[in-house]
Amino acid sequence: MSADALTDLSIAPTARERRRRRSTNAFQGGNPLVYAVALVVVALTLGPVLYGVLGGFRTNAQLAADPAGPPDPWVLSNYTGVLTNPAFWQYALNSAVIAVVTTALVVVFGVMAAYPLARYQFRWREGLYMVFVLGLLFPATVAIIPLFILITRDLQLGNTWWGVALPQAAFALPMTVVILRPFLQALPKELEEAAMLDGTSRIGFFWRILIPLSGPGLVTVGVLAFVGSWNAYLLPLLLLQGDMKTLPLGVADFSSEHSSDIAGVFAFTTLAMVPALVFFLTMQKRIVNGLQGAVKG
Amino acid sequence: MVDVADGATARMGAPASPATSTLTAGAAVRAGARTAPPGVGGRRGNRASLRKGLEIAFFVTPALALFLFFVVWPIVKAVQFSVYRWKGYGPLVDFVGLRNYVSVLTNEVFTDALVHNLVIVVLSIGIQLPLGLAIALLLNRTMWGQGLLRTVIFVPYVLAEVIAGVVWYQLLQPQYGVIDTMLQAVGLSGPAQGWLGTPDYALLTVVVVLTWKYLGLAVILFLAGLQSVPEELYEAAQIDGATWWQVQRKITIPLLGPTLRTWAFLSMIGSLQLFDMVWILTGGGPANATSTMATFLITEGTKRQNYGIAAAASVVLFVVALVLALGYQYFVLRRDNQDTVVTRKKATK
Repeated sequence: MSADALTDLSIAPTARERRRRRSTNAFQGGNPLVYAVALVVVALTLGPVLYGVLGGFRTNAQLAADPAGPPDPWVLSNYTGVLTNPAFWQYALNSAVIAVVTTALVVVFGVMAAYPLARYQFRWREGLYMVFVLGLLFPATVAIIPLFILITRDLQLGNTWWGVALPQAAFALPMTVVILRPFLQALPKELEEAAMLDGTSRIGFFWRILIPLSGPGLVTVGVLAFVGSWNAYLLPLLLLQGDMKTLPLGVADFSSEHSSDIAGVFAFTTLAMVPALVFFLTMQKRIVNGLQGAVKG
Repeated sequence: MVDVADGATARMGAPASPATSTLTAGAAVRAGARTAPPGVGGRRGNRASLRKGLEIAFFVTPALALFLFFVVWPIVKAVQFSVYRWKGYGPLVDFVGLRNYVSVLTNEVFTDALVHNLVIVVLSIGIQLPLGLAIALLLNRTMWGQGLLRTVIFVPYVLAEVIAGVVWYQLLQPQYGVIDTMLQAVGLSGPAQGWLGTPDYALLTVVVVLTWKYLGLAVILFLAGLQSVPEELYEAAQIDGATWWQVQRKITIPLLGPTLRTWAFLSMIGSLQLFDMVWILTGGGPANATSTMATFLITEGTKRQNYGIAAAASVVLFVVALVLALGYQYFVLRRDNQDTVVTRKKATK
């Protein structure tokens, strides 16, 4: 109840202010040129995606006869073929489990680390924070070969869900900490003092006040981690084989193994992009907010 | 044995043996409370500080352990591998010093890959910055379908590079791909080997696909930056009779500076690490025309088992990224503060 009120206070005004600003923008309204540009942009953006979706409803003969034409007649066999393909569901399951584990690790460990970095005073605080900031500069690509050896030989986690989720979470942590720290710092100091006066420990404050209030920030970093994991290619490519593969690997395989079945490739690709698109459409605001936060730094 | 609380007290100018008087002991407690590092607590009468240190350790350790184990440790190992000749089995015994680096840096395949990365950095920013800015400026107004438009623009960014790559690979097929078909319809024809199969065009084609994939991100971020330009400036400019273009050039774009510069930084780092899209579209070919540093090191490491060479390449990749990042920070991002000062001065005049 009170938590909701506080969230409202801290989040709502900016949103409302923005809306007000936009509505009084000095240069209002679209003219035909603007709409024309917008249409071109939309067409170029969606064209390839729609072509893939529609291509899945055609036969290879149709695609060969008239590559640019519409489905005529519409066939469902490509899509049903993919949907009845157990490999597709296996890949989707692998992708989902790995993404969920990665996201859980990133969010839990990330908010735990960000809490003392944001709200405790201690000597090594900035140094510790810099460790994570520097982590932003280390892409997984640089460490990929030793990582591959570490996971497959030393940990014997090659071809497992954990073997991909753990390093993915580790590489997503810097961004998470960098986004969450200012977020947690922005929560008013008075809240903490009031909680302390009421006899709450700092850990109690963390659980009962900080976590509920930082919901939006946690969702943001969670969504970024999930999308990153869902789309990841390089690490799964090295670590996963056979029926442990994730959807991006499955798409790439299907595309090279069935290179003559273009309609099938389109259907497979389309169905593989559906989860990411649905997730994105529901979480769009969060993703954009997170990326903006990263850019404003 | 000087522990942390002692050190802190010493810095505060108090005697180095704090427990002798209650006054300095109190100071030590306070100093400790402010400066106790994780896991170090200390001394009797300092339990609050100990507890706090333990709390910090409890909160930070999981993330730090994961980070050290899966990020820092492999990077250290990469540096170690890079000075050995190692085929992936047996112990690391064949120490070769910097010879792996010499062989990487004199390998034309790698230097070409480095050049490709730099070309992609320059072209990505050179194309996406003006294009993204133009689209963002045009769309930064109340118009019909605004929300839908923003969603649509962002779709390519959310798709996996692999998925976008597979679709584009089909579109770009020679002869029967839809792009060549459309060209034929207007009397043109694509290269016989296809856009991705002709060495002269392959890299540019990859850049076009990357532009498609990442332009939306630029537009969305620029639009977000535009939202933070104060409305009053537009109103003032309008009262002064400024045209739309004057307002954009004199007010909007300068104020968007920090967003543009940070976006360009992220774009640069991303281009240097490019792997997925190239791997799907061309695999680095034809004739290494589209290789990047990342495809080079993956080929060396996983296909040829030259772990030493691959590690040296990854260290070079990191150093290149670091040098460019630091240079960029120094020469470009540093100016952000000065810029805001200048703008403020102008605004107050």
